[in-house]
Amino acid sequence: MFEKTGVATPEMVRSKFPDKSVLVRPKAIIECYREIPCNPCETSCPFDAIHIGDDINKIPSIDFNRCTGCGICAAVCPGLAIMIAMIKNGKAYFKIPYELLPLPKVGERWTGVNRRGETLEKPCLIENVQVKKDRTTIVTISIEQPYLYEFITIGERL
Amino acid sequence: MIEKDLVIVGGGPAGLSAAKVASEAGMEVALFERSFQLGGQLVKQTHKFFGSQSQYAKTRGIEIARILIEEIKNESVEVFLSATVVGLYKDNIITVYQGNKYFKVKAKAIVIATGASEKFLAFENNDLPGIYGAGAVQTLMNIHGVLPGKEVVMVGSGNIGLIVSYQLIQAGVKVKALIEASSKIGGYMVHASKLKRLGVDIITSSTVKRAVGDRKLEKIITVKLDDKWQEIPGSEEEIICDALCISVGLSPMHQLLSMGEANMLYVNELGGLVPIKTCDYETSLNNVFACGDVTGIEEASSAMVEGKIAGLMAAKHSGYIHPDYDSLETSLNNQLCVLRQGPCGEKIRCGLKKVGEERV
Repeated sequence: MFEKTGVATPEMVRSKFPDKSVLVRPKAIIECYREIPCNPCETSCPFDAIHIGDDINKIPSIDFNRCTGCGICAAVCPGLAIMIAMIKNGKAYFKIPYELLPLPKVGERWTGVNRRGETLEKPCLIENVQVKKDRTTIVTISIEQPYLYEFITIGERL
Repeated sequence: MIEKDLVIVGGGPAGLSAAKVASEAGMEVALFERSFQLGGQLVKQTHKFFGSQSQYAKTRGIEIARILIEEIKNESVEVFLSATVVGLYKDNIITVYQGNKYFKVKAKAIVIATGASEKFLAFENNDLPGIYGAGAVQTLMNIHGVLPGKEVVMVGSGNIGLIVSYQLIQAGVKVKALIEASSKIGGYMVHASKLKRLGVDIITSSTVKRAVGDRKLEKIITVKLDDKWQEIPGSEEEIICDALCISVGLSPMHQLLSMGEANMLYVNELGGLVPIKTCDYETSLNNVFACGDVTGIEEASSAMVEGKIAGLMAAKHSGYIHPDYDSLETSLNNQLCVLRQGPCGEKIRCGLKKVGEERV
């Protein structure tokens, strides 16, 4: 089904998340499900937390003990397939790569969107906007915790 | 007649890479590019590239073009822009058309790096204004700043179809649907997922039956295909759009090599007619080398590596040994191996095997 739709199943998504207790600290969620020749996530990680190896076609694996959630991999991933997730004060926080205009501003409310492109019932709050040198902006948002495995990007400003 | 050590035809990723390595080896190089600027298709690639560090992974295509162009500036490379190579003759002579001048160039060796052109799709009314090749749309949009329309349908889910759809959305165009004849998405799934989360409908097992419009495109009629790629009667659907992008693959620009009577082979997996070449990338024509998409459709990362190998080998065959010949040869061939060894490389491996068998 994934090959037809481009939408990962809930099981596939869950397999990329650590246990919720680990998410008290920010961690990289690497949604790279199929082998492609690509390894910037591995080579850009300052903490050696991501492993691909000599065969750059292999799917990246992550050591959540080493991952600090710094977000460098999220900004370099050519597939925009990495986000940083964290749970704090009962809310889910995400750092996502964002390449559309207009850019969100801190304090705005935006719709949240799931992997099928559908708008989530609850909005998200823009917490931080960090414009990177190579123009992939990293946006930090917060949303209610039940959307931890649903949220993938922001849609429209409310 | 101009005389050079090496003539390179094509200033894209393969040609630029060949120029760099050959000039490092000591050759006087003339590089001919038919466009007004160097970089080939890289100049319109606004997305970050895959691959590994040696192929500038995580760098946007347009930045890679800048790097490659910068790299040949310090070398002994004479660049001819808006210069179309129109003939390849015996004794390594090419003819060039530039401005209103037509002239001949003779070289010890020639590297053909002409790249590829877009394939098109046959359907009723496919010549209506508003129907474009996806590459053409990318040129319009990313080089000239012109949008193709307001509501677009993309045909073909290979990487080009997926990437151009994403870039259309970035430019503010509505992508109403992406249609794919096969039952599966063709390109990288990460690209497909990117589109899906932006709300693009990806419709597999479906193709364009006809375009409808008075003087310009107004809508398309799609039809479902069964597992034998036959139209399913009654499954027609209408999609209103003012632009249709066709992204159904590329074919190698073989014309110069065919004109020079190089031994060619039709290889479906490589996109069409390709030259039979040795391990040193030499075609059946003495000291005429070929690299990049003209020898088989692949990603730009492979084209850059192939270009370096062609430059290295063209130099060697003319008596110029690159100072780092041994380490370069090993590392470049290893890079290609790695790029092609995964499941995405299956098609190219299969195609190259056919070319390899032919030369024995």
